[in-house]
Amino acid sequence: MLLETPFHPRTAALCRSRRWRNWSGYAAALSYEPGHEYEYYAVRSGAALFDVSPLRKYEVAGPDAAALVDRVVTRNVFCCAEGRVLYTPWCDEAGKLIDDGTVQRLGADIFRITAADPCLRWFQDCALGMDATVRDISLDLAALALQGPTSRDILAGLVTGADIAALPYFALTDGHIGAAPVTITRTGYTGDLGYEIWLSPEHAIAVWDALVETGRGFGIAPAGLDALDIARIEAGLLLKDIDYVSSWTALIESRKSSPYEAGLGWTVQPRSGREFVGSRALAQEAAEPSPWALAGLEVDWPRIEERFAAVGLPPLVAGKASRAAVPIYTGGSRTTGRQIGYVTSSTFSPILKKYIALATIRRAFARPGTRIQVELTVEFVRHRVPARVVRTPFFDPARRRG
Amino acid sequence: MARKYDAIVIGGGHNGLVHAAYLARAGLDVCVLERRPLLGGATVTEEIFPSFRYSVFSYVVSLMRPDIIRELDLPRHGLAILPLESTLTPLPNGDRLYRDADHHRTWREIARFSIRDAEAYDEYGRSLFYMARAVKHLLGIAPPDPARLGPGDIRGLLGLARHFLNLEPDQLHLLVKLMTTSAADFVDEWFETDVLKATLSASGIIGTFLGPRSPGTAYVLLHHYMGEIDGHFRAWGFAKGGTGAVANAIASAARAAGAEIRTDAPVARALVKNGRVNGVALANGDELHAKVVSSSLDPHRTFLDLVDEDALPADLVSAVRAYRFRGSSGKVNLALDAAPDFSCMPGHGPHLRGAVSISPSIDYLERAYDDAKYGDFSREPYIDIVIPSAIDPAMAPPGKHVMSCFVQYAPYELRDGTWDEKREAFGDTVVDTLARHIPNLRDIILHRQVVTPLDIERTTGLTQGNIFQGELTPSQLFFLRPVAGHAGYRTPVRGYYQCGSGTHPGGGIMGAPGKLAAGRVLADLRRGPGRGRRGK
Repeated sequence: MLLETPFHPRTAALCRSRRWRNWSGYAAALSYEPGHEYEYYAVRSGAALFDVSPLRKYEVAGPDAAALVDRVVTRNVFCCAEGRVLYTPWCDEAGKLIDDGTVQRLGADIFRITAADPCLRWFQDCALGMDATVRDISLDLAALALQGPTSRDILAGLVTGADIAALPYFALTDGHIGAAPVTITRTGYTGDLGYEIWLSPEHAIAVWDALVETGRGFGIAPAGLDALDIARIEAGLLLKDIDYVSSWTALIESRKSSPYEAGLGWTVQPRSGREFVGSRALAQEAAEPSPWALAGLEVDWPRIEERFAAVGLPPLVAGKASRAAVPIYTGGSRTTGRQIGYVTSSTFSPILKKYIALATIRRAFARPGTRIQVELTVEFVRHRVPARVVRTPFFDPARRRG
Repeated sequence: MARKYDAIVIGGGHNGLVHAAYLARAGLDVCVLERRPLLGGATVTEEIFPSFRYSVFSYVVSLMRPDIIRELDLPRHGLAILPLESTLTPLPNGDRLYRDADHHRTWREIARFSIRDAEAYDEYGRSLFYMARAVKHLLGIAPPDPARLGPGDIRGLLGLARHFLNLEPDQLHLLVKLMTTSAADFVDEWFETDVLKATLSASGIIGTFLGPRSPGTAYVLLHHYMGEIDGHFRAWGFAKGGTGAVANAIASAARAAGAEIRTDAPVARALVKNGRVNGVALANGDELHAKVVSSSLDPHRTFLDLVDEDALPADLVSAVRAYRFRGSSGKVNLALDAAPDFSCMPGHGPHLRGAVSISPSIDYLERAYDDAKYGDFSREPYIDIVIPSAIDPAMAPPGKHVMSCFVQYAPYELRDGTWDEKREAFGDTVVDTLARHIPNLRDIILHRQVVTPLDIERTTGLTQGNIFQGELTPSQLFFLRPVAGHAGYRTPVRGYYQCGSGTHPGGGIMGAPGKLAAGRVLADLRRGPGRGRRGK
């Protein structure tokens, strides 16, 4: 039985496709219309409105709140000023990824953490001996993401008590939408200009209606997970349990990933004089790098077209993202190439007109420019098509930070 | 009128039948002798009340080895296992804990009691997956004895050492804890919610004369998690047609392989001459001859009833006497005129297709054991309920139901009176306990069958009514099952084998003892006559 989010009365009425996915036990629209294309372009040319209420949310409060969060996550939380937000993963003692999310510093001694999956017990257990409390506030907070070039204009005209135009990338502010108190963070999962809005569920409908009303002149569109998936791959953002497996759910050791192996090495910030969970293992791994790495791939689109054309078909992989794992081989002939990794997420990028993928690959092949081959199945026959390692994000408009 | 076979199997329970099927498939001329008119032993479906079919004793399936199902092609012989996906635990205050295959719903249900426990539940499941995976290896091998060190033992022990050293350190530590601790202490490492802890630990007391706080019960808990259906651990199912259908499928496979199966054929004793078995004598005086005789009966019957004590070493006789049966459970089977209506979850929901566990708290279970410790049946017993007719419509007429209630504790030896005197009082206690959670129960009971440990013993022959042919506590497992030095399915009587649940890896509708013992018999036969006993 799937639950309904606080926005369900609106999203259900709009969801003409009747396509829903189970997201953490909630019904989440895959797309509102039968196809997701319009919703995707709302992200890149207007403003897409996503209901992201199923995210898990935790509040950490108390004199040791900063110290606790700093102990849990890989990033240095003492460098996070009040009113700022961090994206960060967190690891187990072996330095393997558990989950990732954002840390919002609401005040000196109070934080909000978002997570993909339940983490209360972990955060509480990490708080042993600290003067800080952790609460699961998942049900207390509804959440929307408004993503796209016009999102700033929509919010600027709607939010009172906050200067949205001046809100920097990865900053937060309190304000009101109508009578509803909201927290607005300049964050998102699309790699575009965008915001997330956190509010009490009782105001959900009023805030949704106000956004849709104000957004009408700005190309606002409710958007589902299919569009979000394309946008987040273009942005090079990872999806837990797709692009990496949490060390809590990985039944075998080799399925686990460290931040370095998942392309999140930049989030590992050793701090002098204090440790965080996994810091020793990660220090060791930094000294002796793992043979695995994350890479962005650009697959040779003309060759994909050729493969389909050979059987008289248009390139059927266009238009949608795939979460199917696909083997990657070294260059060379079909018989000599050996497997060096696997694609975890892939999509045709409508904005780039390229076929792009996130992959877990042998580190020796992860350098940008390296040529490799990716498996492609056309009409039940497997082929290999050339691809090239490229830097991520694949798509990074200046407005994201500007 | 002595007919001669290659092998005779005493007892037509599921292990005897599996054993016979494997021997017959290897080309042996095999005869199975079952005392009762129907096959299955404790794995039977009987129409005790017209049109209502009871799984009289055992009632769910999970441990049945996938390799046996595959090798004997049991689906072709009629085996179908229907999913049993949920567990409902009613609480005295009208609340409940309900867990089913909907992961998020189960999460939310546990989170009503404790978010921490909801989160720990997944981790607990994973830990038991690791434990089941670690122990699964043992289910498929004959137990090597570290004290004997014959060539086979050394090979087996090296294999085991390799297997266990491949475990992650955390997993190895947990396994040692599992073997030594109590079910309550084990689940305490993860959870704080009493009803959740109680319902999980209840798996640790089934068929065992111990309480959830008694060391050794954690292993019994694991034993119930080792089951596998279609490759998934922990999956419990219900055999279409009741558990008797499992026995019938195996019997059909055995017959197809050429085995002869005789019912109404009680065996009086095994014929032993010069330390060698050469057949059996039936109760009617007939003799059947064979060089191999395998007993699927429990160790007490195998060693003390079927052969003369002077054919056995004195230490074995005394060890078997000390072997613990201690029947601790009974059954109440009900024919119902309508579906039971649970006050904590009214209506005809999917919970009727799952298990219902009367296990509201650890104290409740432990108190139930307290009564039994001093020779009374529990005044407020632990009850594990399934409603087979809600899963398989063939079990009762349309709209009507059968309800199988496994009840613990019912000590074999009562302090006051006999089970024949107490049977109905025991049944009343069970119905009273259930009626607190099922207000319409008394009005819909059409028929009640009360099965006490004494009834189990009388009907199936299981000594003291122990459902596992002896407790599954660590001191009676692996190379200690049934007794040290005699765990390899052979006996000191040449040609006389044991193949029941009283041997490794133990009870439950698993079939592994029957198959492993068949492997032993066939290996000995290949080695040639007179060389059956290694190390002598």
